[in-house]
Amino acid sequence: MKRYSAFAVAREALSYHTGWGRAWRAPEPKPRYDVIIVGAGGHGLATAYYLGKNFGITNVAVLEKGWLGGGNTGRNTTIIRSNYLQDPSAAIYEKSRALYENLSQDLNYNVMFSPRGVIMLAQTEHEVRGYRRTAHANALQGVTTEWISPARVKELVPIINLDGPRYPVLGGLWQARGGTARHDAVAWGYARACSAMGMDIIQQCEVTGVRREGGKVMGVDTTRGAIDCDKLGIVVAGHSGVLADMAGFRLPIESVALQALVSEPIKPCMDVVVMANTVHGYMSQSDKGEMVIGGGADGYNNYTQRGSFHHVEETVRALIETFPMISRLKMLRQWGGIVDMTGDRSPILSKTPVEGVFINCGWGTGGFKAIPGSGWGMAELIAKGHSPLTDAFSLDRFKEGRFIDESVAAGVAH
Amino acid sequence: MLILTCPYCGVDAEETELAPGGEAHLKRFGPGASDEEFRDYLFARENPKGVHFERWRHAHGCGKWFHAARCTMTLEVFGTYPAQTTKPPKAIREAITAKRPGWTWREFE
Repeated sequence: MKRYSAFAVAREALSYHTGWGRAWRAPEPKPRYDVIIVGAGGHGLATAYYLGKNFGITNVAVLEKGWLGGGNTGRNTTIIRSNYLQDPSAAIYEKSRALYENLSQDLNYNVMFSPRGVIMLAQTEHEVRGYRRTAHANALQGVTTEWISPARVKELVPIINLDGPRYPVLGGLWQARGGTARHDAVAWGYARACSAMGMDIIQQCEVTGVRREGGKVMGVDTTRGAIDCDKLGIVVAGHSGVLADMAGFRLPIESVALQALVSEPIKPCMDVVVMANTVHGYMSQSDKGEMVIGGGADGYNNYTQRGSFHHVEETVRALIETFPMISRLKMLRQWGGIVDMTGDRSPILSKTPVEGVFINCGWGTGGFKAIPGSGWGMAELIAKGHSPLTDAFSLDRFKEGRFIDESVAAGVAH
Repeated sequence: MLILTCPYCGVDAEETELAPGGEAHLKRFGPGASDEEFRDYLFARENPKGVHFERWRHAHGCGKWFHAARCTMTLEVFGTYPAQTTKPPKAIREAITAKRPGWTWREFE
């Protein structure tokens, strides 16, 4: 792997930039690996990366049915924050946010992390109480957040309309070290670093079956032949239920479509991320100047990667009341991704009923922010059988009633 | 846009007129059930990529609950039927078999 640096750019310029190699290899699958990760999205690649970096396990394959980072990793609205309510959530999301701070240096790949700050608007009295509570909880957890007044919101976001008739802004929960990153670059950076450690990233290789013997995993069947493994990590978001079915267990997961859209590029007008959970809309401005807008999820199961139009309309209608100046913006693109929702809106990072099979799913509408922390915890879980970051997120919690309830106070939007 | 025919009032309702109600034909477990049964009743879902049975309510219409048979991969609707049943009627199952031979779901009662 050629190290990227200013010096490398100068050196390669001497040969007219024809000498840059591929960022990662495209190998044929080997007959056997120590660990197979299914799903080369952010979470799967991060899991592989930390398996190698933290535990020295490099005989690893990451299998991907489509192309690397082509699922929800390339479809989200790239928001990074850790202002959750419950302690286990704060731990894993804050670990993740902290890892993002040095991720570009760690991976030697610019993920364009931009800690520009995230505001979650309170637009009802209930939200005011909810966010004040979250701010207190965050203070105890060591996550730096702050409850701010409407005047301070206006100072941070001059384009906002504070006194709209339906959704007045009553304050906000402000996390100054939250922000955004380039979502594709996160996947590409991890992929390049994994490949450099000797791991095989195999694209266009769909898993069609999970081979088991006596309750233990033996390997997987794929569209490119059978591959043996000691341990299997399933990290496939919306299709988790399909993979679990192959391995012979059921999940407390429902897959629904979540939508986002992006406007034509305009001059810089908003340098923070604003989320409005009451109306289920959130907005930030990309480096290209596009307004990136996230909307609501459909209420029914769907695997089509396209959502219902009326959800887009609801989101846009509400955002126009809060940001009147966007009313004349043209929208360039709209798309959907399949998100895996759990009953308590918290993820599942867990062992499964099949020995040697581990699952990382249920990130629902907010997985991008969690990529490094999730990979860190999942790698430890696979290598050692448990991890302080993931223990609370086990599958058992649905039987034991130990929910990590993020559905009301903090975790609705993402 | 999803359009379902309400089996009670006969209206072709599009989804803004309807409220989704989750997976159909769940068997209720209450006091005295094991932890596993109660967990599965509350949380475990089929979540299939393909044929699925759901509860819907004609919320902004006649207000009745009903069932729908649908494909989650193509959004094709196979039919709707009244709520007072623990399994889809024969006509619905035959309509699905005609389009998706060999389809499976979990066991019906």
